Amino acid sequence: MATKKLTEVGTWTAIAVAGAAALGGIALHRGETINALWFVVAAVCVYLIGYRFYSGWIAARVLKLDATRATPAERLENGRDFMPTHRSIVFGHHFAAIAGAGPLIGPTLAAQFGYLPGTLWLLVGAVLAGCVQDMLVLFCSTRRDGRSLAHLARDELGRFGAGAAMIGTLFIMIILMAVLALVVVKAMAHSAWSTSTVFATIPIALLIGVYLRFIRPGKVLEATAIGVALLLVAVAAGGWVDQNPTLHALFDLDVRKLAWFVIGYGFVAAILPVWLLLAPRDYLSTFVKLGVVFLLAIAICVLQPDIRMPALTQFIDGTGPIFSGKLFPFLFITLACGAISGFHALVSSGTTPKLISKETDVRMVGYGSMALESFVAIMALVAACVLDPGVYFAINTAAGVVGADPVTATATITAWGFPVDAAQMQELARSMGEQSLFGRTGGAPSLAVGMAHIFGSAFGEGLFAIWYHFAIMFEAVFILTVLDAGTRVGRFMVQDALGTLWAPFGRTSWPPSAWIASLLVVASWGYFLYIGVIDPNGGINILWPLFGIANQMLAAIALAVVTSIFIKTGRQRYAWVPGLPLAWLVTVTTAAALQKIFSDEPRMGFFAAARDLSGKLAAGVLPPERAAVAPELIFNQQLDGWLTVFFLLVVWTVVLDVARGCYLHLSGRRTARSTETPYVATQLA
Amino acid sequence: MKTISGFWRRFWTGLRSITGDDAYERYLEHHRRRHPDVRPLEPAEFQAAELDRRGSQANRCC
Repeated sequence: MATKKLTEVGTWTAIAVAGAAALGGIALHRGETINALWFVVAAVCVYLIGYRFYSGWIAARVLKLDATRATPAERLENGRDFMPTHRSIVFGHHFAAIAGAGPLIGPTLAAQFGYLPGTLWLLVGAVLAGCVQDMLVLFCSTRRDGRSLAHLARDELGRFGAGAAMIGTLFIMIILMAVLALVVVKAMAHSAWSTSTVFATIPIALLIGVYLRFIRPGKVLEATAIGVALLLVAVAAGGWVDQNPTLHALFDLDVRKLAWFVIGYGFVAAILPVWLLLAPRDYLSTFVKLGVVFLLAIAICVLQPDIRMPALTQFIDGTGPIFSGKLFPFLFITLACGAISGFHALVSSGTTPKLISKETDVRMVGYGSMALESFVAIMALVAACVLDPGVYFAINTAAGVVGADPVTATATITAWGFPVDAAQMQELARSMGEQSLFGRTGGAPSLAVGMAHIFGSAFGEGLFAIWYHFAIMFEAVFILTVLDAGTRVGRFMVQDALGTLWAPFGRTSWPPSAWIASLLVVASWGYFLYIGVIDPNGGINILWPLFGIANQMLAAIALAVVTSIFIKTGRQRYAWVPGLPLAWLVTVTTAAALQKIFSDEPRMGFFAAARDLSGKLAAGVLPPERAAVAPELIFNQQLDGWLTVFFLLVVWTVVLDVARGCYLHLSGRRTARSTETPYVATQLA
Repeated sequence: MKTISGFWRRFWTGLRSITGDDAYERYLEHHRRRHPDVRPLEPAEFQAAELDRRGSQANRCC
């Protein structure tokens, strides 16, 4: 017994020392390059320590997880969504549900500050905030029959707060879908290879849908294996399409056409039966995602690439070319997924709790999955930082910022202190099978170049172009899955809301209602996508911060609901566990939102940008092609400004509502009834 | 040898569970336990319902 204890203490001391050494190495290193393995070691040690100690303490002392208490999966078992499931399987499901394009894109964009700020916030944010949020929401929902966040909010807050939370969620989903659609459109722009590969994923998904429904019902693994093989064929065939002049011309599309295509796709996918497109695509994307994450981790450990990005760049002062804004608060807005993401609260309530077989599994599923997602984000950061910084900025900076001409663009970037030349970019584009890599904003192309670099070097060179397009396909597959699923879920929310005005509209399967609601949702995200496409400076610079603010506000809403539950269930002493991340998120989002609303700098403030553009339009100094779209851009900047005001009001409404409820409860003026399902002893072994 | 086949079996069961390949078997097992007197759904019927269910929840994130 004593030896066991001693071994444990020894092991954890060793992990702590290794983690501290790796983190110290990363933070204090001032050489030309630094080995990526340091990041892996530091990250793994931090997650292990956070998991072992903080989540262990939360599980035992704060939540008092009780293995003898029957979970909703056991009590309400129906053989489908309520189903006691082994914890490693629930872990897999939950991880696949929370990890998407977000933890890949955010870190890629945040690399403009250098590798250090992003790495530190991913580690600290995940361990103290993100993992905690996921675990606490999962716990609260598991103790309440697996109810959704909206339902929990309705039970805990007043009608007003709950309504604000619901409308907020819908708007956040719309911004999320717009920004992800923009990423995929930018990745396909004028690339026949990428476009044909991404298009090919649609018939492949349809085929798998038919296979699963009619040919071999239920043979999911078999169907998925066929689908993945076909996806790989599609990646290789894209290279052939690219070489064929007729096909090349057919798939070489500009961003506007691609945007219209994606909008049309979103609408069709939302009204088609789920089994035909959405569910099979979901099976495929889960499989590809888990495979690539695993492969990337191995490749980084085998290859141990060097990080070329400096620890800090001059852009922490707010002049960054990819997105504007100082380190505080915009690092914490940009790195949403991977550190803390409000969207996870939707998955942690509603879907996952119905599978938990033992209450103590909440720790591994909630805290552990998020730690793994944060690790994915660290790998994405590594993939962005192994590129030459000059190349990284050339790919990720919009033409409106550095100029469309390669010579001007490279000269500007070189003048920032990140040497790059046009010939180098041309050679890189050729090796990736692309015409040009300049101004390919959105994060996906630069991540794909980084991944191709890592995969190509670890598993054989000469296949850069294949790996590049594999990476683009990989991102596109689950971005399109989010568009399908998000539009559908958004449609249900709209139907639910309009159903209260006119009852027939609430019948979700009634075709006119389904069509109109889907059209409303698609039109909303389609609008932001279209504006992002026609704006030469904007796009990502506008939409990503808007998404970050919205996503972090959803996290704040979730944590506010959890804090309220803590206060009313006798956990006042520990209210700081959700309360500290909540205070931080409210601070960060409020600071960012206020700057976005009130800043006089056109690249920062929405209203300032609108004023700036109106002035230029009136003075007649805009080139004709910009003047043509200026009225739409001005309207959009004003709309974005008002949307930010709205988000700010929503989050403060919820926070103040929670504060009021907690005050009334603590001062004894109102006794809150418990919303927890009463204890039932488990029958499971 | 025994450990290798044991590991492989665990890996295979895990893979089937994570992908949802064993959903029908799990449903049948549940049905036998809880509702032995009712006829369970046919594989095709179950699969149709399962596909619909999977697509109708907010289970995909950023």
